[in-house]
Amino acid sequence: MLVYFLRKLGVIIPTFFGVTLIAFVFIRLLPGDPVLLLAGERGMSEQRHAELMAQFGFDKPVIVQYGVYLKQLFSGDFGTSIITKKPVLEEFATLFPATIELSLCAIILAVLFGLPAGMIAATKRGSIFDHTVMTGALTGYSMPIFWWGLLLIILFSGVLGWTPVSGRISLLYYFEPVTGFMLIDSLLSGQQGAFASALSHLILPAIVLGTIPLAVIARQTRSAMLEVLSEDYVRTARAKGLSPARVIGLHALRNALIPVITVIGLQIGVLFAGAILTETIFSWPGIGKWMVDSIFRRDYSAVQGGLLLIAVIVMFVNLVVDLLYGLINPQIRHTD
Amino acid sequence: MEITIPAIDNRPAGFRAVLAEFWAYFSENRGAVAGLIFFVVIILIALFADLIAPHGPNVQYRDALLQPPFWQVGGDFRFLLGTDATGRDMLSRLIYGARYSLFIGCIVVSLSLVVGIVLGLMAGFFRGKVDTFIMRIMDVVIAFPSLLLALVLVAILGPSLINAMIAIAIVQQPHYVRLTRAAVMTVMTKDYVTAARVIGVRSPRLMFVTILPNCMAPLIVQAALSFSTAILDAAALGFLGMGAQPPTPEWGTMLAEAREFILRAWWVVTFPGVAILTTVLAINLMGDGLRDALDPKLKRS
Repeated sequence: MLVYFLRKLGVIIPTFFGVTLIAFVFIRLLPGDPVLLLAGERGMSEQRHAELMAQFGFDKPVIVQYGVYLKQLFSGDFGTSIITKKPVLEEFATLFPATIELSLCAIILAVLFGLPAGMIAATKRGSIFDHTVMTGALTGYSMPIFWWGLLLIILFSGVLGWTPVSGRISLLYYFEPVTGFMLIDSLLSGQQGAFASALSHLILPAIVLGTIPLAVIARQTRSAMLEVLSEDYVRTARAKGLSPARVIGLHALRNALIPVITVIGLQIGVLFAGAILTETIFSWPGIGKWMVDSIFRRDYSAVQGGLLLIAVIVMFVNLVVDLLYGLINPQIRHTD
Repeated sequence: MEITIPAIDNRPAGFRAVLAEFWAYFSENRGAVAGLIFFVVIILIALFADLIAPHGPNVQYRDALLQPPFWQVGGDFRFLLGTDATGRDMLSRLIYGARYSLFIGCIVVSLSLVVGIVLGLMAGFFRGKVDTFIMRIMDVVIAFPSLLLALVLVAILGPSLINAMIAIAIVQQPHYVRLTRAAVMTVMTKDYVTAARVIGVRSPRLMFVTILPNCMAPLIVQAALSFSTAILDAAALGFLGMGAQPPTPEWGTMLAEAREFILRAWWVVTFPGVAILTTVLAINLMGDGLRDALDPKLKRS
């Protein structure tokens, strides 16, 4: 296990430096003067320009600049937003819980519906249910989710008037964030109706963001289940006279879950990409919307920091998934 | 069952046999055939857009702003699917939009396929330092969520359809490289490669003539699936304002323009999305069929 861990780490460390290099190069590849881009000041004097040039270290050789950049990163300095003048890390940390809350609810929805759907489809292979689930899954997988979000808004907010169009909670309620998760904070605040309001804001974005993972999980569960159901040990269990529920629920599911868990873990990158679109449509104040807004406001310092932070988080989660996978499936540790 | 091209050059017959076998498997899958038919229809629509479209894509009818589709009150047969906020015919714009989506798919897939094959072949063939170098770069690219990296790349290059396509091609690159490399490494262990080496076939010929044709199956499947991803990502970039720019009738861009009318005119929001969804769905159905017909592992199981 230790060897497996070290091998994974051996891959992830160069990748980490590669990612920092991309973030570092990003700001220098943008058209225009990087000093102006980073300072965001208009009509600065020659002297001020030279001052800032020295402050940002642009007067030094590129390799030294990269060294300085790395040093700043390791001391927790991810740059300062040009617009708000706040540290990027601080902005990221305040917005991140909103994205996590949304992503968690999306993945819970996806697992809650995708896993049983895939299982039943596999056990009733070729039935109408199987065909319906697979058609639905392929449709979900092909869905332009930004359009899907707009459709749901038309139906549930426009025609039925059930859910609000944007934001995380009604303006009627205000409380200081404790955990950053609106569902929990609204309960903690003890204000009547706050939780219901938070939930009604969350449900549509969570459905939209969960659609693609739901489709992927349903398809993956079905194919993993089909594979396991043809194994000898399942036939043995059946021959022993175990009830179908026990065979499927206990013997088959446990083994079918291994690839499914990996797929769930790998959805994190998909979730981030989806969050960019979902949060933009629903004005959800999370990382995805913040990144898009920063690009449009030309707040490149925020884009640079956000890009790096998101990549590091995705890498970290993937590493954890890999390790968990190695833990539950000993085969993988010993093969490449 | 593996598809191998015989060493003796009876290629036309062999190739035809391979094709016939492929079609036998592919046509078994009804969904895949339906996808293929729909895809061919889209191609025809794109090719003959000038003949089919009732109006020009950018002609504005000032007397018919936000006119609903013909079956609704206030709609008429002049504009079958209604008009948008500046009085342009929705149907005609959707028809012309098919051109953009197919164009995006073709360019992105060819770009990432060609570069991916070359890099993957090099990595799998030479191994060692070349391999490590190429694969570490691909690891870095894949560490970013694809749409985010594409967005940032477009921010660097400037928002336009061409730049969006380049960005998406770069983001999709690692999948091709990884697939090619894996396939090359499997093929390299085969006896006919060793045989070719022993006869003294030189590296470039070995790579492109002996090895590459035997690695194509997974690449074709990936190309089909990433064709649809490319259309989706380009539409997403267009929707965010970072892809094709108005007044281009690209489906994602059309959705972005329609957003503010979402609660007033459902048709301007609904139809472009239907176009994206059905096209992507058709290609994915086709891709699934291709995979089942070409993937030796899944065959006859």
